[in-house]
Amino acid sequence: MGIADSREQGIAEWRQQLEKGEVSARELTEHHLARIQAVDPTVHAYLEITSERARADADRIDARRAAGETLPPLAGIPLAIKDNLCTKGVTTTCSSRMLEHFVPPYESTVTDRLWQAGAVLLGKTNLDEFAMGSSTETSAFGPSRNPWNPERVPGGSSGGSAAAVAAGECIAALGSDTGGSIRQPASFCGVVGLKPTYGRVSRYGLVAFASSLDQVGPFTTSVADAAELLQVIAGADPRDATCLQAPVPDYVAALDQPVAGLRVGMVRECFEAEGLDPQVKAAVLAAAAQLEALGCELVDVSCPRFNDGIATYYVIAPSEASANLARYDGVKYGYRAPDATSLAEMTARSRAEGFGDEVQRRILIGTYALSAGYVDAYYKKAQQVRTLIRRDFDRAFEAVDVLLTPTSPTTAFGFGAHSDDPLAMYLADLLTIPANMAGLPAINVPCGFDLEGLPIGLQLITGVLEEPRLLQVAHHYELAAQVMQARPVAPLVP
Amino acid sequence: MSKITADDVRKVAKLARLDLPEAKIATYTGQLERILDYVAHLETVDTEGVPATTRAVEVVNVCREDLVTPTDVREELLNEAPQREGDFIRVPKIVAS
Repeated sequence: MGIADSREQGIAEWRQQLEKGEVSARELTEHHLARIQAVDPTVHAYLEITSERARADADRIDARRAAGETLPPLAGIPLAIKDNLCTKGVTTTCSSRMLEHFVPPYESTVTDRLWQAGAVLLGKTNLDEFAMGSSTETSAFGPSRNPWNPERVPGGSSGGSAAAVAAGECIAALGSDTGGSIRQPASFCGVVGLKPTYGRVSRYGLVAFASSLDQVGPFTTSVADAAELLQVIAGADPRDATCLQAPVPDYVAALDQPVAGLRVGMVRECFEAEGLDPQVKAAVLAAAAQLEALGCELVDVSCPRFNDGIATYYVIAPSEASANLARYDGVKYGYRAPDATSLAEMTARSRAEGFGDEVQRRILIGTYALSAGYVDAYYKKAQQVRTLIRRDFDRAFEAVDVLLTPTSPTTAFGFGAHSDDPLAMYLADLLTIPANMAGLPAINVPCGFDLEGLPIGLQLITGVLEEPRLLQVAHHYELAAQVMQARPVAPLVP
Repeated sequence: MSKITADDVRKVAKLARLDLPEAKIATYTGQLERILDYVAHLETVDTEGVPATTRAVEVVNVCREDLVTPTDVREELLNEAPQREGDFIRVPKIVAS
């Protein structure tokens, strides 16, 4: 059969068609490889396309099905993986010159679980270097472009994964989220992006950026697909001591639970945030009205310390990054500057030549904040404010079941919009950072379009390990709103 | 919290093992000043008696059996080295003469 547009249906429908033999895994993979060939010269979502491996994996799935085997839940589903997740034998660059030729000798737990579940790897996607950025512009290999308007950024840091899903270059993708790196690009590209509870998903094999904040999660075209992927990647991992032991509930089954009577907290500070585009605000308020029509109760809540989120984040994340990135010393793997006469010179030059500007800036901020005389004023202070942000959430969740905010204060901005002012770029993260500070699960769901036809996203946040409720509310909203069906224009990359 | 100077940036770059050219030191000094100015407003938050959050979700005493498991990736690991010599990784001179 011919596949017109893989975005028109979800994983459950594909699974059914694959099981009935209406489509083969090979056909589904070929469709996406052809789609990549057609649109990726414009979108540049991928850094590497693993066509040969994808075809072989798909054929193996088809052969197992032909032999009558009962196949795992993602058998034959083609996926894209952010290039900061280690894939054994497949180059993992973090979009950095430092790791340009790095071939991991091991597989990350999340991707291992995906391949065990039968998923097919199409390729590795672009990101801001070491996941530091909000636009993919800090990638050493050039930015990705927003499929809705190639003159705009796809968001970041997981911009390649978001763009690949939005452009139909894969069925779903994985990204990572330290301060909004899944939710913000999902918002910019009009797709679903889920950051699970800190520790719900193993970080083993995720190249570390800020270890107390990093979390892996899915990009999909629907909330139901996000539940499908979370089902596979969630759960305890002996290789990640911060991974939670809690049993994994049935996320897909939770979707259809009724939402009537649930209390939705409207975080006042987020709707009054400086720089919030009125069109974004209006779309998210309209979504709130939609939830009310579904029987939810809207409750005004205040989280005053959210306004300190960015300042807290830009101490904690660079501090942890400066420690995590100390390992890139040019000795055992990664880039090494040539012709150095001493070990110290080799390391300092390798790091100066191998890291891009944004990574160097964050290493400098972090090293400064952790250096003698400043550690209490910066790092400890930020950790204390982090506690206050968590308490704001605790208080809010005494009164409500789920929080609603915009995901990003604006829709996708143009290339170079913040190129001379790193701080201006950081300020765009203000609505996503609080959930990372408290380790809470949060999701972006498309909720409209601005006058230029660019997607707008809303963010829902719940308490620790309450992904079932988060997905449930998101799913009901998505079904009621039918945002993508009502899109004003087709994406410019059709 | 105090104003950051080019000398501070030079010192921090040395601590962070970054051999930066002077032009970059100058650029970063201005940018870091703006960023640190912004984060300085944390000073105004009353955190008296507030404990620090070191991890988002508390996990206590994660234990596992101390079992030996094979991780036979020696060749792959050595092959990642920028300069391999047999079973060794070659580096420039470590001790200054």
